[in-house]
Amino acid sequence: MNQAPSESIGVSRGSLKSYLTGFVLALILTAIPFALVMRGAWSPAATLAGIIIAGIVQILVHLHYFLHLDTSSAARWNVLALLFTLLIMILFVGGGLWIMSNLNYRMM
Amino acid sequence: MTTEATTIAAAQNAEIAHPDTLAIQTFGFWIYLMSDLIIFATLFATFAVFSRSYAGGPTGKELFDLPYLLGETLFLLCSSFTYGLVMLAVHDGKKKRVLLGLAVTFLLGLGFVSMEILEFHRLIVAGHGPDRSAFLSSFFTLVGTHGTHVTFGLIWMAVMMGQVAVKGLTSPVQSRLLRLSMFWHFLDLIWIGIFSLVYLMGVV
Amino acid sequence: MFGKLSLAAIPYHNLITISAVIGSVILGLVILGLITYYRKWTYLYQEWLTSLDHKKIGIMYIILALVMLLRGFSDAILMRSQQAVAAGGHLGFLTPEHFNQIFSAHGSIMIIFMAMPFLAGLMNIVVPQQIGARDVAFPFLNSVSLWLTAAGAMLIMVSLGVGDFSKAGWSGYTPLTEKAYSPGVGVDYWIWAFQVAGIGSTLTGINFLVTILKMRAPGLTPMRLPLFVWTAFFTSVLIAWAFPVLTVDLALITLDRYLGMHFFTNDLGGNMMMYANLFWTWGHPEVYIVILPAFGVFSEVAATFSGKRLFGYRSLVYATAAITILSFCVWVHHFFTMGAGPNVNIFFGIATMLIAIPTGVKIFNWLFTMYRGRIRFTPPIYWTLGFIVTFSVGGAAGVLMAVPPADYVLHNSLFLIAHFHTMLIPGTLFGFMAGYYYWFPKAMGFRLQEDWGKRAFWCWVIGFYLAFIPLYILGFMGMPRRLQHYVNPAWHPWLLVAALGTAVIGLGLVFLVIQLVVSIRNRQILSDATGDPWDGRTLEWLTSSPPPAYNFPTIPVVADIDAFMDLKEKGIAYQRPEQYRDIEMPKNAPHGLIIGALTFLCGFALIWHIWWLAILAALGLLGTVIARAWDDDLYETIPAAEVQRLEDERYQRLAATQRNLADQQAIPEPVPEG
Repeated sequence: MNQAPSESIGVSRGSLKSYLTGFVLALILTAIPFALVMRGAWSPAATLAGIIIAGIVQILVHLHYFLHLDTSSAARWNVLALLFTLLIMILFVGGGLWIMSNLNYRMM
Repeated sequence: MTTEATTIAAAQNAEIAHPDTLAIQTFGFWIYLMSDLIIFATLFATFAVFSRSYAGGPTGKELFDLPYLLGETLFLLCSSFTYGLVMLAVHDGKKKRVLLGLAVTFLLGLGFVSMEILEFHRLIVAGHGPDRSAFLSSFFTLVGTHGTHVTFGLIWMAVMMGQVAVKGLTSPVQSRLLRLSMFWHFLDLIWIGIFSLVYLMGVV
Repeated sequence: MFGKLSLAAIPYHNLITISAVIGSVILGLVILGLITYYRKWTYLYQEWLTSLDHKKIGIMYIILALVMLLRGFSDAILMRSQQAVAAGGHLGFLTPEHFNQIFSAHGSIMIIFMAMPFLAGLMNIVVPQQIGARDVAFPFLNSVSLWLTAAGAMLIMVSLGVGDFSKAGWSGYTPLTEKAYSPGVGVDYWIWAFQVAGIGSTLTGINFLVTILKMRAPGLTPMRLPLFVWTAFFTSVLIAWAFPVLTVDLALITLDRYLGMHFFTNDLGGNMMMYANLFWTWGHPEVYIVILPAFGVFSEVAATFSGKRLFGYRSLVYATAAITILSFCVWVHHFFTMGAGPNVNIFFGIATMLIAIPTGVKIFNWLFTMYRGRIRFTPPIYWTLGFIVTFSVGGAAGVLMAVPPADYVLHNSLFLIAHFHTMLIPGTLFGFMAGYYYWFPKAMGFRLQEDWGKRAFWCWVIGFYLAFIPLYILGFMGMPRRLQHYVNPAWHPWLLVAALGTAVIGLGLVFLVIQLVVSIRNRQILSDATGDPWDGRTLEWLTSSPPPAYNFPTIPVVADIDAFMDLKEKGIAYQRPEQYRDIEMPKNAPHGLIIGALTFLCGFALIWHIWWLAILAALGLLGTVIARAWDDDLYETIPAAEVQRLEDERYQRLAATQRNLADQQAIPEPVPEG
């Protein structure tokens, strides 16, 4: 019961070490896709995959180290809301792109 | 029966204590951010639909300046880190460090917004404004919406610097700083999506 | 100086419009005059306009909804009378431009400014009390939501007298709403009214989501929540996750119109169907946003007036959850005919048909709740029964239209109009009417007169069938929607019947007004001294009618689904605590009202391109928000002694009522068998 107030609201306070870790990881994960594109060493398909993977990993890094989202019980509703948002985003974005590309294919 | 007894005991405690407004405000703000995420998701979808609608106008490959973009990105990323330091100072109750951290974060954010405005200006002057093609409309709208959010974050930050200076680190001020931190990190998340999906993938 | 605004904007050449304008202005002046005459401005400002009390905000929402219902219904009368006369050689009394504005305004008003405020009002009055809370999670945000909705409604009302309204239908399809084809201010009125009210609704959704998740009384576990709370929760989820799409869609058409962008134009890469796609991505969840709370009302009403626990409580909750998720995956059925391939259409067609399953589950739940119950035939039960029968018909028509090939035949015909009115009038309005009657004593302290309520119901239900069954037939006969004039004589008799139906519904509306007047005049006889006029089952009936600002002097502890019935059965419902404590409540604040007023001003200035005023209003908005954010003195304490005094009064009234009841019960009543 005796949690620090910031923990009971689903946002733990983090430490200098965790912020530094997150910052360094974010820098690396930003450098990778920029380097991939600017140097153009890989094939376009591989570059695209690299950009997407680095982006997703960096988003996870931010969520963990900066927004302190984890699986603790206090953050459970926040994580649940985020997962639900992802589901709706997949429906809206995926559905919208499917509908519009199908329309373009048939109409052009 | 034990659970019923606990709930009754909890009920009596709740009578005395103030409702846990901090937790409620933080959660409410998180739901707002989720709602905002749907706004950005819709704008990303719109951009994706129009990503090849150049209408004879310039393509992303011709317009985007990646080193410049890297500079913008670093401004925002560093500001996210410095805001993290602000929150550490808040927990330690160090008012001066909080103010200093907010000022540095504000300047970094201002640097980002200024670079973005300059980029937009350069494009518009060259005749590549948002009225040129559906592709450019959706590009300006998506990136501009993020920029508007950052600008409102800066206004909020300025207000919070005033509140910290005048009121000190009272619990309502701390609660607002916490929510601003969520907003600020959230905008960084969106920016990862923008530089990956709009700029980098547009150049590949 | 005044942008595009000039005296020419006032439609004095149109007799019908200008008389409506003059009528509204005179009515407004009379109301303002009466307030001044009775010196009620201070009272109104301090107790209502700046109030953060969820019950008062709820009442103001419902007043707004009822006023807009009258406005929207006037539009319906005009459309039906025009179509009743404009056959063959007769052109009717409305010009095409005017007719187009009327059907656009009718749809916009009924969805955004009647249904949305009505459900927000019911949620405001009921949800905090049903979960044993003293207020919503964000009382100030609640006031902002109210005044943003009111600002949007004002914009639509002003469009009647200054300039004109959109002629492009309530859904505002592009490219018709683009600058090239609608250069006037009508579409801009529509855009800004929707945008402002939509943002208000989003905030309401977030507010109630957090309220329901975080503010429940101890012991009130999710599976003990009253069903109205569950439906309010899922409606809030739909609002918070679907309304942002409308915000974006409207913002994009705004950018097209104001900054010459090319999202939905015909040229330079725009794609008009992207507009329809985004509009219905919001628009279909919106249908369930307005229907789900009504489902909640029917559940409460069926259980209370049958004297039984709701049948299949869990299945009702799961069915509501299933409807919520499915309603995010069906939006293409609004535009099957746009030209997408069979894969797309059949996916969304099947998803649409699937929704009928959880909805059917609900119908059976309500029927089984009433089955073998001891039903008291009050107006709410009338509305519920009327709903179950009519809604099933509309649902069947909906499943038919979910088949894409059938939709190709029926799309844009009057069959569609008949279908969605058969969903939304019983599914939403009947539910809200039931809720209005059911919770009126809770909000106001006295019941509504029963006989006029039943008369109103019969007019509504008979009028409804007379007005809409002909439209199904006309749809099969090939009559399209939105016709200002037609030449086919075979349609004429059916449209006369439909006009007659509208007149009967109008009578129902008149009866509702009479019911309100009669009830206010007889409020002493109809007064509800117990706080529990219907032998209720849920916590809102534990408070007095109307409840004090703090609702509950002590927070109740819940041990059952029908929490209040459980307390009554244990005989502890009216047990008084040993002592009362001080209670902290949010202070009233004028900022919500100011934000609403400035938003209206900003919207009006943007519509007429009065840029300096728009900038000033926007700066004012920013200043108001900062001023509010600077304020830390947000609560006021109601001292324990004051709570004690209010509660003493309440228990005296309770005791007096119980003595009266005992006297009445001295006359032996025939005991029903079984």
